[in-house]
Amino acid sequence: METAIAFWNILKKDIHNYYLKPPNISWGIIFPLSWTLMQLVRSPGNVEIIELLPGLMAMSILFGTTSMLAVTITFEKRSRSFDRLLLAPISISTLVFAKLSGAIIFGMVNAFVPVAFAANFADLSGTYWPLVIIAVFLIALTSALLGLLIAVSAKEVFEAQTFSNFFRFPMLFLCGLFLPIERLPGILKAISFCLPLTYGTDTLNGAIRGSSIFNTSFNIFIMLMFSALLFYLCHRNIQRNWIL
Amino acid sequence: MEIIRVTNLKKQYGEVLAVDGISFCVREGEVFGFLGPNGAGKTSTINMMIGLSRPSGGQIVIDGIDAVKDVKKVQKIIGVVPDENNMYGEMDGFENLCFCAALYGMRKAEREKRAKELLEHFNLAAAGKRPFRAYSKGMKRKLTIAAGIIHDPKILFLDEPTTGIDVESARQIRELILGLKEQGKTIFITTHYIEEAQRVCDRIAFIVKGRIVKIGTVSDLLNDAVRGHKLSLKVSGSLNAIRGELETRFQNFRLEFSDENSLLITSKEPVALYPVIQWLDSKGISVYEAREIKPTLEDVFVKITAEKAKVEV
Ligand SMILES: Nc1ncnc2c1ncn2[C@@H]1O[C@H](COP(=O)(O)OP(=O)(O)OP(=O)(O)O)[C@@H](O)[C@H]1O
Ligand SMILES: [Mg+2]
Repeated sequence: METAIAFWNILKKDIHNYYLKPPNISWGIIFPLSWTLMQLVRSPGNVEIIELLPGLMAMSILFGTTSMLAVTITFEKRSRSFDRLLLAPISISTLVFAKLSGAIIFGMVNAFVPVAFAANFADLSGTYWPLVIIAVFLIALTSALLGLLIAVSAKEVFEAQTFSNFFRFPMLFLCGLFLPIERLPGILKAISFCLPLTYGTDTLNGAIRGSSIFNTSFNIFIMLMFSALLFYLCHRNIQRNWIL
Repeated sequence: MEIIRVTNLKKQYGEVLAVDGISFCVREGEVFGFLGPNGAGKTSTINMMIGLSRPSGGQIVIDGIDAVKDVKKVQKIIGVVPDENNMYGEMDGFENLCFCAALYGMRKAEREKRAKELLEHFNLAAAGKRPFRAYSKGMKRKLTIAAGIIHDPKILFLDEPTTGIDVESARQIRELILGLKEQGKTIFITTHYIEEAQRVCDRIAFIVKGRIVKIGTVSDLLNDAVRGHKLSLKVSGSLNAIRGELETRFQNFRLEFSDENSLLITSKEPVALYPVIQWLDSKGISVYEAREIKPTLEDVFVKITAEKAKVEV
């Protein structure tokens, strides 16, 4: 019970202090929206919104979670308020799950902004929603873990910022968000298969447009593997870098 | 009964040996002071005890719990006031306190009640709705201290609680410490204000360059530092003419003349004042002030560091 109170209050504080701040809300909404408009304006008539939707959702999650988590944790580490969390009589895993949950929830909410937008223009009746939710969750989970990994490796806020851009911008182009993976040259294709987002976007493609490269169970399995690996790396670095 | 036992504790940061094999114990219900200059290793020691840093060697047992292995159990019964005021800048005083209480699993009604009480107690009630970042330094310090005791811990760690705040606030904080002691709490406090340590601590450890150079009750340390008695006299006439005579007459005293009207007597035995006054009177000089000079912890500290410097040379 005591752990639950601590968990819930850490989550609530993060949502209140960081995720609900106007700049972050607008970042989560405006960026995907303007990207969509850009795509539509560039090739009017040729692009179906439904074709863009999986990529947009993946992008919204990636941008909402990774850098948010990385930056807020580094910020709290810098101002030493993070010590309060480390001093609380809750396990480090509880603390980490509370921090991850905030980012995951924020990412998942962000993912449905483009959906709400697209629902006005496209027919989404063929979408298999349970799978969409699973895919959105797994993308949010892997992105949040990536953010956490950045947070435990970076010392300064600007480092965290730079690291997250270093990962997420290439991922925009390598993970099949807007360029089909089949069209990537050999080496880049190989890289894209090493990134969890590729499998998340593929799952979304399957659930929304009914066409995917891999089958769903394989995609989910790979994303769970990535989550386990990232979690292991985070755990190792936390033990090494948080308790000096 | 002892509540904290630290044995041969070490902390190495790369090349720097910040804490060099220290051992001490703290008894239940006492105020234990850790006194030392900047960089002596005070914060490093506290951080290992509270679980913010991992010892490079040695043991820490707090209330019967191995604090190195089972730090989360220890954290339930301790409160910490760090050297920096690390509350959340964007949250107000009340929210900050409630959040800290929630970290210890306190229920909503209980934590709001405690937070209100503490804001009142520290004269911060009016600032309760202002964000922490807009607080003055003294207000920040007080809120950080309030956060450290909100869950009513059995043992409180205070890292330089009064650094950088005004005299009145510092006095309030010292009163709070003594009040907590009266409630039976154990308090571990670091400071480099010798006077403060002398006022609030039962026992003190002097730490210099990662080693404890002296440990004991305040009165033991004082007796140790200045063996003997010091008496300062102010007299009416000039002592210049009778200096030699005075020295021959009172050979078992060491006499110092800072000016022609003052005399400082140092003696191994308590000084019998009457013969001195009588003798001076017979020379036509009357004593109009006699004052015992008490040693301070500062003398102890100066002596210890001087001894240590000698050993090192
Ligand atoms: N994280 C760290 N990395 C490297 N060296 C450190 C670290 N923390 C402390 N030190 C070094 O350890 C030594 C002891 O530092 P510590 O902060 O414990 O001293 P202190 O007694 O608390 O000093 P002050 O009175 O200034 O607070 C110093 O030489 C310091 O530079
Ligand atoms: Mg210090």
